[in-house]
Amino acid sequence: MKNEAFKDRPLCLSGKGVTKVFGYGNKANTAVDHVDFEFHEGELVSIVGESGSGKTTLSKMLLGLLSVTEGEIFFQGKPRDISNRKKKKEYWQGIQAIFQDPFSSFNVFNKIDTVLLDCINMRGGKHLPKEKKIEMMTEACSFVNLKFAELTNKYPFELSGGQMQRLMIARIFLLKPKILLADEPTSMIDACSRATILDMLLQLRDEIGMTIIFITHDIGLAYYISDSVYIMEHGKFVESGSADDVILNPKAAYTKRLISDVPKIHEPWDLSTVG
Amino acid sequence: MKNTLRQIFHSPKFMTGFVIFVVILLTLFFYPLFNPGNPLEMIGVGTFAKPGTYVSLYDALNTSRETLRLSDADDNRLAKQLKAEDRVAMLEWFNAMGIAVDFDISDTDALLKLWDDNYDPATKPKGMTMAKRNYYKRLNNALLQLKAADEIVLADVNAETKALEETGKVNKTDYVNVGQVANVKLLPLGTDNFGRDVLKELVSATGTSIIIGLIAGAVATIIGLTFGLLAGYLGGIADDLIMFITNVFTVIPGFVLLILISYSIGQDQRGASVVALVIGLTSWTWTARSVRSQVISLRNRDHVNLSKLSGHSLFRIIMTDILPYIASYVVMAFILQVSSGILSEAQLSLLGLGPKTTEVPTLGLMMNWAMLYSAHTNGSWWAYFPVILTITLISFSLNLMNTGLDQVFNPTLRD
Ligand SMILES: Nc1ncnc2c1ncn2[C@@H]1O[C@H](COP(=O)(O)OP(=O)(O)OP(=O)(O)O)[C@@H](O)[C@H]1O
Ligand SMILES: [Mg+2]
Repeated sequence: MKNEAFKDRPLCLSGKGVTKVFGYGNKANTAVDHVDFEFHEGELVSIVGESGSGKTTLSKMLLGLLSVTEGEIFFQGKPRDISNRKKKKEYWQGIQAIFQDPFSSFNVFNKIDTVLLDCINMRGGKHLPKEKKIEMMTEACSFVNLKFAELTNKYPFELSGGQMQRLMIARIFLLKPKILLADEPTSMIDACSRATILDMLLQLRDEIGMTIIFITHDIGLAYYISDSVYIMEHGKFVESGSADDVILNPKAAYTKRLISDVPKIHEPWDLSTVG
Repeated sequence: MKNTLRQIFHSPKFMTGFVIFVVILLTLFFYPLFNPGNPLEMIGVGTFAKPGTYVSLYDALNTSRETLRLSDADDNRLAKQLKAEDRVAMLEWFNAMGIAVDFDISDTDALLKLWDDNYDPATKPKGMTMAKRNYYKRLNNALLQLKAADEIVLADVNAETKALEETGKVNKTDYVNVGQVANVKLLPLGTDNFGRDVLKELVSATGTSIIIGLIAGAVATIIGLTFGLLAGYLGGIADDLIMFITNVFTVIPGFVLLILISYSIGQDQRGASVVALVIGLTSWTWTARSVRSQVISLRNRDHVNLSKLSGHSLFRIIMTDILPYIASYVVMAFILQVSSGILSEAQLSLLGLGPKTTEVPTLGLMMNWAMLYSAHTNGSWWAYFPVILTITLISFSLNLMNTGLDQVFNPTLRD
């Protein structure tokens, strides 16, 4: 079932029978198994599933970082073409990502400035005067509550996980892509920074009107932020629809289980079921 | 980065190896300044002169003399003349005659006294060969002469009369100051089979061998690194192809390949740098393999993905997102390749397949010469032992540096 509220908006990213098989012969492992999806402009979609269900694999295919074994992905309604580097570069103007682990997302040998400068260059700002570039970087940093003057010439490992992930958002702020793929961007950082980062993401979405594909194993979080939810089990989408439909009215047994696993604060924990 | 460097220079293993290596390098640099000249110059006519200080006899005679009356001069003279094997022979003679020797044969006085009292050239101990008896006669005469003559007469042929004329005498009490003798040559490691100064040769050979090691190591590392990076990062068909080539080179033992190539190049074409190149060309496989496996584990990391998403080219990703992460590893591989390159050269040369012998000495060639001229069986230890020691010292220092680096870069290995 689709989320009716978005069905009139233009398609941003969609897929038919998208499949990924790792290895071959009797070692073949189908990580993503014939999934269909339709993400609309401005929609915030969550893909929810347990560890190993194939979320990251799907997101890498969406990003064009992994080849698709079978099926097709459509970008803005047309079959996606990333057959050469020029086309890939074009595609990546439109889709960007924030990864799970901020500590491994940065090249530890490059200064922070490099990351941000790359974004400006990618948006065609290569020949802008230096002051203009600094101004843009400062603006991007202040959007995520960081001070560029304090960060310049620093290396990523001199930052905290939360600061790094905020810097990743600053990167998106500079790139202004159509689609943002956020693969569990908050799972490695503390609860306090988590809320800040989610807020910033939502704020950024409102500002530049992008589609966010939010990957998480936390169905409660998905309910809280998303318009639509896709539930993934063993590489297949078992259920999809608007967040309210799926979570308040789950049909698949897997969804029900995911929901029942969310600890409720107002109920005392039953420790016997944990672990 | 700075921190890592500090850690490296605080690692005792690395520092020990580093200091040894630097001392070797400094020696290579400074020794030729004090002892310049061609290291392959044949200064000696005989083979294998013993290590020591050589004083020109001719110049000594022409140096102004002092008279020194030293009470133990005669004893020293005799003791020096009486070699260890002569002493053993004397003991044999006493035994053959049934005379008890109840003192240590290093006691020259006692030995000579017993000899004087008992030796008679006319006696023929049972079962002693003629040659042996003659040896004893010669020994006895030499000892008598040493005791008898107080001086040696110097004579020259008179140009007119053609008769010998006395021109001077050398007394037992004549001494010259070594510092005033015109020609004194220190040969700390003697000479080799061609009469060449071993130490000078060794210093030059060590330099050449290290350069061979460096070239071989650089060639092997560059090829291995390039193949490893491409195979690991590109994957797919490129990986299959490169790994096929690598496997072919791995299946044929490197050393056999090395021998075949060296042999087919021929002695004339084999300069030191050609040998180094051949060694490098046959030893890159394990660098390629290990770089590949490192790259495979790196290429799926998020910082590489992010770099791709930023539109960076393949070349740039390899250079900035992969290479720096494996740089420490590559340095270690290089050090090991240098060390094994030096050893390979030694092995090749020992088989007579090393660099041609006329240009520069290498450690392997020195071993080869020592072996060909049986230095190891005729007791000329100075012709090969210092070479072995140098090779050992170089690989020891390089391996020590490597272990030190390994412990810094892989903290789990730290003991
Ligand atoms: N490069 C790869 N080669 C082989 N198998 C892989 C590869 N990447 C992922 N897989 C397999 O695909 C399956 C799905 O993995 P994936 O990383 O997509 O799960 P996930 O839903 O993102 O899990 P998590 O919540 O732990 O991140 C797993 O069984 C995994 O072993
Ligand atoms: Mg994942």
